[in-house]
Parts: sequence; C-alpha cells; structure tokens
Amino acid sequence: MLKINDLKVNYGGIEAVKGISFEVPEKSIVTLIGANGAGKSTTLRTIAGLKKPESGSISFLGKDITGTDTSSIIAQGITLVPEGRHVFPDMTVLENIKIGAYLRKDSLEDDINWVYDLFPRLKERSWQLAGTLSGGEQQMLAVARALMSRPKLMMMDEPSLGLAPIIVQGIFDIIREINKQGVTILLIEQNANMALHAADLAYVMETGHITMQGAGKDLLEDESIKAAYLGKKKA
Amino acid sequence: MTKKNVRNLVLSILLLAAAGGALGWLQANSSAHSYAISIIERSAIYAVVAVAMNMLTGFTGLFSLGQAGFMALGAYVTGILTIPVEMRANVYYLNGIAPWLENVHLPMLPALILGGLVAAVFAALIGIPILRLKSDYLAIATLGFAEIIRAFLASPAMNTITNGSFGLNNIPAFSNIFVPCIVSAVCIFLMVLLINSSYGRAFKAIREDDVAAESMGINLFRHKELAFVISSFFTGIAGGLLAVYMRSIDTKTFQVTLTYNILLIVVLGGIGSVTGSIIGSFLINGGQEWLRFFDEPLSIGGVQIPLFRTGFRMVIYSVLLMIVVLFWRRGIMGTSEFTWDNLFGLFKRKKKKNAGGEA
Repeated sequence: MLKINDLKVNYGGIEAVKGISFEVPEKSIVTLIGANGAGKSTTLRTIAGLKKPESGSISFLGKDITGTDTSSIIAQGITLVPEGRHVFPDMTVLENIKIGAYLRKDSLEDDINWVYDLFPRLKERSWQLAGTLSGGEQQMLAVARALMSRPKLMMMDEPSLGLAPIIVQGIFDIIREINKQGVTILLIEQNANMALHAADLAYVMETGHITMQGAGKDLLEDESIKAAYLGKKKA
Repeated sequence: MTKKNVRNLVLSILLLAAAGGALGWLQANSSAHSYAISIIERSAIYAVVAVAMNMLTGFTGLFSLGQAGFMALGAYVTGILTIPVEMRANVYYLNGIAPWLENVHLPMLPALILGGLVAAVFAALIGIPILRLKSDYLAIATLGFAEIIRAFLASPAMNTITNGSFGLNNIPAFSNIFVPCIVSAVCIFLMVLLINSSYGRAFKAIREDDVAAESMGINLFRHKELAFVISSFFTGIAGGLLAVYMRSIDTKTFQVTLTYNILLIVVLGGIGSVTGSIIGSFLINGGQEWLRFFDEPLSIGGVQIPLFRTGFRMVIYSVLLMIVVLFWRRGIMGTSEFTWDNLFGLFKRKKKKNAGGEA
C-alpha cells in the first residue's frame, strides 16, 4: 500500500534519514521502533508532506506522492496523529473532531457517530474543552480527529507517550480495533514491547538507517532487540 | 423553534428596535445631542477595527500592530475621492492636485470599499514576507510597516495626491447617524459570518496549535494570509469611516497611539470575543468622555479640590484600566460571546447564590 524507496531527509542541516526503504502492506499494523533521534518522526512527517525529502520516493496505492502538499496527501487517505497529541485545547471535543474533517465537504454525521462509538468517553465529553481532558482522553481525541478524514492509512507518532501503562493498553486495543475495521496502521514507538506485540511487521531504525526487519513476534524473540529495546539481558 | 429561541429572537428584535429608536431620536434632535452622536459614531467605527483586530489576534493568533497603517490607507483613499471636485483647489492650495486625479470623484460607499481594497492589497503584499514571523516579531514588523505607510503618505513626493503633511479637509460628513452605524454593523456581521464558517474554525485551530493544524491539512500560510487580508480590508473601511467622521485628516491621526487605543479596546473587551470588542469600544470611547468632569475645577464647600484640573481625567482613566486588567485578566467577556442565554444564566446564578447557594 505504502512504499518508501531510498528516502533521504534533512532535518536542521543534518541528514536525519539516510536512505531508508520499507513497505506497509494493506490492512496491516506496521511499526517502526528505535531510540530517540533515529529519524522515525522525520520519516512520518515526510510521508505526511510536512517535510520535503532530499531524495528517494514515496508511493501510496501505486501513485507517487513524493513532495506533495499535506492537504492532497490527506485527501488521498493518509493521516498523521502527531507526537504529543496536539489537541486544540480551547476548542470543544466536538470542534476538535470536526477540524479533523476540514478538507471534506460532505456530511460528517455518520463519521462523528462512528468515532463516538469507538470512543464513548469522548461522546460524554463532547462539549468539554479539549484542554481539560486527561492525557489518555486527549490521545483518544487525537486519534478520533485523525479518523475524521476517513483515512486508509493512519500514521501514529508515539501514541503511548506520557501515558500510564493501563491507558497505553487501552490505546493499543483501540488501534487493533481500528485496524480490524480496515484501516492500515503505521506506528512509531519507543515502547517497543507494546508495539511489537501489536505489529504484523516491524522495522528497527537506528541513526537514520533501517537495521532490522521482520514479523513483530519474531523481533520480540530476537536477542539483540531484547537487549537494546526490551531491557532484557542477553542470555 | 423552542420557547427559548423565540424568547431570544423577540429580545433581539426589541433590542435592535430600541437601538434604532434611540438613534432616530438622537438624529431628530441632532443639534441638541451632537456630542452624544459623535461619541456613538466614533464608537461604532472603532468597534469595526477592534473586531477586525480581534479576528487576527484573538481568533487566528496573529499579533499584528499595523492597524493605524491600514486605517490611514483607507482614510486617504476615501478622503481624496470624496472631497467635492469644486473644493479641491482650496484643499490642495499649496501644491495643486495631480491632473489625473483632479476630476475623479466617488460617492462615499464605493470610496469606502475602494479604501478597504487598497488596504487589502497592501496587506496581501506585505503578508507574503512577514506572516512567516511569529508573535512579537510579527507585531514589530507590522508596527514598522504602519509607520512606513504614514511616512510615505506624508512625504513631499506625494504632495499632489495626499497633500503631504498638510492633510485633507472638506471631506463631506455623514448625512445622518445611521450611515456609520449601519456600515459598521454590516462589516461586523460579515466578519462574524467568516469567524463562524469552516475558515473560522481553521483560524482557531492555527491559533491553538499550528503543528496539529498543519497535520489536519490546513495550509498555514494561506489561512494566515486570508485572515490578514480580510482583517485589513475591514480596517481600511473603518479608516475611511474615520476620515468621513473627522472631516479633516492628516497623517498624525494615524500614529501608533491609534493602534494602541484599538488594542486597548480588544484587550478590555476580551481577546477572542466579538461582542467583547464592541462593548469595549463603546466603553472606552464613552468612558473617556464621561470622565471629562475630572478635568474641570471642583470646589466643595468653597474649598478648591486641587487634583481636579486638566489632565486629571487621563490619570483616573489609566488607573481604571489598570484595575480592569488586574481583576479581569481575560477582559470583560473573556473568549465568550454575549448571548441572551448567558445573560439570563448570570441572573439565575446570582439568584441561587442569594437564596442560599444551592448551586
């Protein structure tokens, strides 16, 4: 569905992504794990059109989208849940959700009901200002807002950041549920354990390169992954 | 329609009718009430600029201080075009008027709109480089721009067009009090429509979090430019209204203090509240006049109170402003709007409190 080929991106004069290639198959959950500064966020931002790549290509559903505007990328069915949630604090939950469908001109009624079914908590708080929600609720709102563009591929940047373990579990359950309903997920995480358990396919990114790839379950068993990301000692 | 909506509609119509009636009464007795009329007219004009500034600062999060510059553009365009052709030799008695401009004359309304358009074009041009700046830097850049406009209008090179530093006079006045009030109301109504549209929602999203707004596919630059241009358009129209209201203008009218006055109205009314800006405009313009009795000598029981002399009014005024800013940090209205429901809600809460605080 999404194909990245030899992508190079500069970030503040430094080459943050040094020629990576990977693929996201349709209807799967794919994760990109790696330490701080490995270039994960830059990769997502480039796919979403928020950054322009130096070289390489990105194609989505067989169409080249390298260097296209964010608005047309969203219109083609890619959405990004930014790192740190970034809800609009002085707007109500419902207004936040409506902003997610900003580029759509058709009726939103069905989709609002759909995201309210996914997140009943948000329905209860529909008129509350988003800034007054808890961290977990804000993350749900960020996901709900992204879903309003009716994406085929949802990219999530660190959905577990700063959340309690039990909330993280809930967020991952929702991610699986959304995936079951047909949305492909590309997830980047520092919480490698959670991400690998959820993922069909995983890539490990280190200082701008992809160093390892495989099924999520296989990587969980890999000794070097265990040592580097899962906090277990090599046997 | 629910009972509440009917009540609100009826109240709104009554309020409009009362306002219209009051204006009509003032107009019928205009010679006796010229003072009140002039305060109301100025308040209405300032309200337009305040709402336009609020649209930028309060709703889009762009802190611009270029209002005086855009008002000057609107005022000069309107002024030059509406001065009657036969008066022009008198107005431009020192330098003469440029021949191409000599017989160009427009009625007030088209001249106002043209003034707004000129301001909008300038805004579009300078918006391209300066809207990339953020917060304070944007304020400084727009402030500088406004001063450039002022210097440009006053420069000797513009003598045959703007009459340079001599200013313009003999601008025909409003035919009655309804003209500035209705033009202002229409301008504010159009801005409210914009703020409540999906563009307005995008403006608010940019104010709240530009990273997220961008990820939602909102083109930051295009929306900032749109807000800036439209705000400047209405600021230009208000400048034109001000020219007609004052009847004679020169570039000193459009110094930075004018922008600060507008900023004061916006802050006092509440950044992010349209009705707040309107109320603020009437309070500031009315308050400055109402406090005038402090400027007059006062004696109680034959003893002259020493503080009451010219200038004391501004001391009181400044102290009052400080008190308001200290205790209502978010302005009179905060970010909320005046609605009948809110007003009655306020009464109900008070009643409950008085009854023993069950709420």
